Amino acid sequence: MIAIAASSTGGPKLTDPALEIDSVSKRYGDIVALDAVTFDVRAGELFGFVGSNGAGKTTTMRIALGVLTADSGEVRFDGKPITHQTRTHIGYMPEERGLYPKMKVLDQLVYLAELHGLTSDEAHQSAENWIGRLGLKERRTEEVQKLSLGNQQRVQLAAALVHDPSVLVLDEPFSGLDPIAVDVMTEVLREKASTGVPVIFSSHQLDLVERLCDRVGIIRSGRMVACGSVAELTADAGSLLVVTAPNAPSGWASNLPGVRIVSERDATVVLELSPGTDDQAVLAAALTTGPVTEFSRRRRSLTDLFRDAVNAPERAPA
Amino acid sequence: MTTPSYRDRTVKPFTAVRLVAKRELNTRLRTRSFLIGTAVILVVFAGYFLLQATLLGDAGRSKIGLTGQATGISDQLKSVSQQLGKDVETVTITSPEEGRAQVENGDLDALLSGNVSDLQVLVKSDLDKQLHAALNSIAQQQVLNATLLEAGLDAPQVLNTINSATVKVTSITPEDPEKDQRLIIGVVMVFLLYMSITTYGTLVAQGVVEEKSSRVVEILLSTLRPWQLMLGKVIGLGLTGLIQLLILAGAGLAMATATGSLTVSGIAVSTVLWGLLWYILGFFLYATIFAGAGSLVSRQEDTQSVLTPVTMVLVIGFIVGVNLLLQSPDGQATTVLSLIPLLSPVLMPGRIAAGLAPGWQIALSIVLTLATVALFTWLGGRIYQNAVLRTGSRVKLKDALRSS
Repeated sequence: MIAIAASSTGGPKLTDPALEIDSVSKRYGDIVALDAVTFDVRAGELFGFVGSNGAGKTTTMRIALGVLTADSGEVRFDGKPITHQTRTHIGYMPEERGLYPKMKVLDQLVYLAELHGLTSDEAHQSAENWIGRLGLKERRTEEVQKLSLGNQQRVQLAAALVHDPSVLVLDEPFSGLDPIAVDVMTEVLREKASTGVPVIFSSHQLDLVERLCDRVGIIRSGRMVACGSVAELTADAGSLLVVTAPNAPSGWASNLPGVRIVSERDATVVLELSPGTDDQAVLAAALTTGPVTEFSRRRRSLTDLFRDAVNAPERAPA
Repeated sequence: MTTPSYRDRTVKPFTAVRLVAKRELNTRLRTRSFLIGTAVILVVFAGYFLLQATLLGDAGRSKIGLTGQATGISDQLKSVSQQLGKDVETVTITSPEEGRAQVENGDLDALLSGNVSDLQVLVKSDLDKQLHAALNSIAQQQVLNATLLEAGLDAPQVLNTINSATVKVTSITPEDPEKDQRLIIGVVMVFLLYMSITTYGTLVAQGVVEEKSSRVVEILLSTLRPWQLMLGKVIGLGLTGLIQLLILAGAGLAMATATGSLTVSGIAVSTVLWGLLWYILGFFLYATIFAGAGSLVSRQEDTQSVLTPVTMVLVIGFIVGVNLLLQSPDGQATTVLSLIPLLSPVLMPGRIAAGLAPGWQIALSIVLTLATVALFTWLGGRIYQNAVLRTGSRVKLKDALRSS
């Protein structure tokens, strides 16, 4: 693509459109499902959407798709509120899989592609292309209901991709996949993002999200509690200290000022230091018990962050 | 490999409806249930017509054995019977014993013997009334002939004079000689319409529930508008039903004509054409309501509960309709009921087939039905649109109608 950028800063990623979720709220009777949820998924970005079961991930995605209407707030794509027209350019993978159980894989994909405006030839070409990419060649004329769950999942992904969407919204795309399928899925998502498509997916596999995503959003009880790159989020939260002192008695660190024991297993303790605590003082205390074989800082993982976010006392409503 | 970009594509509303309809048509026509269902009805038809043909052949025709002097009345018996509406076949039997045996085992309906003026009839249990009358008349004429000759009168002339003295009948509304056949065609049409509308209406509802329960509707509605999906489904299934109806009606007509059960093919063809029109009207009348009803539930198990009220109307219309049509096809109740839009699609074609519906009533019922189709499409479309994405428990009708 030859882009003659008018703006001086214009890389392709900045000119490509982003998906914005702006103060979206939704109630079911007295239950607040979403409370002013705001975040954006930038062009060419893989955005991981994490949260406990029932936190509001699926509701947010369904609202973005227009499957559900928000009580207030707005979803925008390319700076404009999402219309039916925009929705036709979203690739969607619902949480509960949605395909005709008795329709054959190829027929199903061709049908969905045609419904998105592809001609019959283009639809066949695109369907065959994704069937090949996702390793479904031998299954192409089988009914969807006869496939294994993992293969059904691949078909579902193909269904989200077959019309070459401008946005990808995937609800739990990795659940139930074997490691090979996870790799295929990962590669496909990375590739789509690299063409400037904003990709958002929810997942409970936090290590995967951490490895794969450019940015992560954590939702808790309908509120966004964190949003940013994993590095940003973990930097804010400080790091952990890992100390291994083989001769130290159990609980040797519990009385040190500004130190909280995160975990203790055999001779290895993981400590969290409150801001301003001197790690060298901890080392000195450890050395008094005997030799120290390991003393290192460990960056907090997304899993740690997630636990913190979910376990933290709930904020009072604003 | 570079894959071409389809990112700017959108589907046109008309194309969307066509694609949905095409999918329905393709999947339904290929299903085993469609093929088997159609075949079973065809077999039932064939069986009915064959039975009808054998029964008709038996009922209208008598085989009579003539023995001894009675052999001479063969021609007379045939012509007199003909006048009374009875088809008679005669055979000459040489020995009375053999004739008796044939009557006993049912090969012969009756065995005639004796003098013409003193005819003896042997039957198994009961002599056919028309045959009885014919034989009486032959015997009486024979006696009369002899008496006239005895009196020296010109017997043929007197007989002619007697025969020409007949009662003149003037009817106010002449009875349609094809009335019975028409009525049968009408009832068959009513049955076919009832069956088609119920079957394909139910399939519409089941299709809607299938899409809801498999959640494929969420994907479909990210590119289709609800009305496109609903309309496509209704058209697709409506066409499937129409194709089946055409096959059944065509095959039925062919079989009926071939077996001779039907002699009024002109009327039958026009009945079929009217039937097709009413199928289209009736299907569209009910289909959107079926679609709306289906959209209220998310599981196939719950489908029946929302469909029962709709199918009840059809069942009542059908049962009442057939009974009225058979008992008093031109009665006032039948006329009034056939003008009610919900019942018209089943009753009106029956009345048209029976030749009992005046033009203005047909026109009125079509107009009323069309108006109701418009109303129901709006109503069913609204319910569908509001309920189709709500999964979980059954959506209350009130909520589906109110919210937007």
